[in-house]
Amino acid sequence: MRSVLSLTAVRAVVALAAGFLAMPAAAQVNLAGQWTGMYHEDFPDRLPGPELGDYGGLPLNDANRMRAEAWSASILSLPLYQCRVHPVDYAASFAQIRIWETVDSETQQLEAMHIQHFAWGTIRTIWMDGREHPPEYAQHTAMGFSTGEFIGQTLRVRTTHLKEGWLRRNGVARSWNATVTEHFTRREDVLTWHVYIEDPAYLEEPFFRNRDYVLNPTGRMGPYPCESVIETDMPENYFPHYLPGENPYLQEFAVNHGIPYEATRGGAATMYPEYMDTIRQMPLPEGPAQ
Amino acid sequence: MSRADRRGATVTRYPGYIRSGIARGPGAAARIGASMKSFPVCIWLAWLSAGAVFPAGTPEAQQQDFSNVEIRTLQVTENTYMLVGAGGNITVQVGNDGVFVVDTQFAPLSDRIAAAIGELSDLPIRYIVNTHHHGDHIGGNANLRTTGNTVTGGNMPGPVPYAGGGAQVIAHENVILRLSAQTGEQAVPSTLWPTNTFFNDEKRLWFNGEGIRIIHQPRAHTDGDVIVFFRKSDVIAVGDVFSTTNYPVLDLANGGSYQGIIEALNTIVDLIIPVYGQDGGTLVIPGHGRLSGLGDVLDYREMVLVIHDRLRHMIDSGMTLEQVKAAGPTRDYDPVYGSTEGFWTTERFIEAAYASLSEQIRSEQ
Repeated sequence: MRSVLSLTAVRAVVALAAGFLAMPAAAQVNLAGQWTGMYHEDFPDRLPGPELGDYGGLPLNDANRMRAEAWSASILSLPLYQCRVHPVDYAASFAQIRIWETVDSETQQLEAMHIQHFAWGTIRTIWMDGREHPPEYAQHTAMGFSTGEFIGQTLRVRTTHLKEGWLRRNGVARSWNATVTEHFTRREDVLTWHVYIEDPAYLEEPFFRNRDYVLNPTGRMGPYPCESVIETDMPENYFPHYLPGENPYLQEFAVNHGIPYEATRGGAATMYPEYMDTIRQMPLPEGPAQ
Repeated sequence: MSRADRRGATVTRYPGYIRSGIARGPGAAARIGASMKSFPVCIWLAWLSAGAVFPAGTPEAQQQDFSNVEIRTLQVTENTYMLVGAGGNITVQVGNDGVFVVDTQFAPLSDRIAAAIGELSDLPIRYIVNTHHHGDHIGGNANLRTTGNTVTGGNMPGPVPYAGGGAQVIAHENVILRLSAQTGEQAVPSTLWPTNTFFNDEKRLWFNGEGIRIIHQPRAHTDGDVIVFFRKSDVIAVGDVFSTTNYPVLDLANGGSYQGIIEALNTIVDLIIPVYGQDGGTLVIPGHGRLSGLGDVLDYREMVLVIHDRLRHMIDSGMTLEQVKAAGPTRDYDPVYGSTEGFWTTERFIEAAYASLSEQIRSEQ
């Protein structure tokens, strides 16, 4: 009898141990759910949209500044550009995101996490199974290829294979050569998304931004259809842009807000608090925008 | 009529043959034959890959070491693949009819390419298409062609296996005109030539259960470019009219032009039907670089159009080439497509673009 009890006890302990080992890391945070964006950060940039010529706070380099200054909003009238989706490092800035998990039903191991963005309805997959990133010659996409791991209570995600995107919706580009590192941190019903973008082509320094969300248990996400249409007749091979030095709108933002023009042109220095001292020594623009 | 003319060949069927050096007398053919014997194939390949743009070739290309090159395979759709090694990307389509190959990279890699294809199908190569005549796209023609065979039959003097020996190598007529030196300065060995050329806008085939369109792109990267559209697979192999790694290579000496690149990109864009989000649907295998979708081609065309407009404006304003270079019309795209080393530098691109657009402006006047 004793031996039978003993054997049973051992089996129970082994089973319990096996169960614990098969479980995800102890107290691993669950990010699943629908989260609604809080717009106390960067509201003008996120909903109305950035103003033309406003590159402040972005570490863009000279090449990116030249591209941004050539950019024309008329590009959005081109049929093939009307349904271009926001890139993965930008898409979660709007309204809701929904997060869910794919778990192996036998082992309960977390295989992947998925995020659907309200904006454009795009869905990204974050592989949690330790797989390698594809070779460089594989396709690059708006969502890229993401792998993740939990570091304590924070989900860290590394994304490569991005196609060209934008840092701001006024022509500031992010190249296909960029890599993105994200951290998703949950504190009770608040989720914080940190984005760290390294782009050797178009940034002087890595760019960092974050967004906050609140859990919305009753939230629903609406569809986001898009169908291209021809809005206006255009000549063959027409692509809207401004020739260097001919964009008439670049000073508008500085004038309207009373900010030194030089400070609106961006660059790594404009990201840091001490840049305020520099701004105070700059001449202010004259007159209101026309 | 020369002896070569009387003997006939694929090339003698086409109008371009009338313009050829071979058709002008036996001496021309003899000279070509002699030069083929005396000129090592590796030098031809170097000349064709770099020297097509720069006739003297480059020491780097001639001394290229292929020993460490690995042929890597990327599955694109259910039965199409992209092979990456050295030189232009290779497209492979497989099925019950055999293997269809677009471009062949360099000859020293042929064994490795054949092995990679062998991993995808046990059937022989039936067709090879050359997207243009440069050596990094045709170098393996002879080797890979002989590993395959053509399905043939009907009236012929010899046994069927003889007639079917080797895969067909399809290209636009201008490719064989360039390779056989009928419009160029030097010829390459005939073993590298296409065996089946066409001179109209398009050649169509049905193979492995799908229609395949081989569409000529006149005066783009060269004057013999084709893109290959696999209609059911929804994949387009486009050769060097589109690359994700560099500015367009304008081989003006071999009939290339800036406007032709724009037109070729327009053709590709017109063929693409993307899924929502533009990351799927029709996929594009570029001449060099990564597998692409509509977004990548649009980004590239945007660059080409923006720089086109800047250069046109500068040329129209009377700016010299040196003034244009000093103005830096490509500075915003240089971090993505530019280069200060290798055979196709940003400076070379600007020079070629300036020359091509200047010629276009003159022709419009």
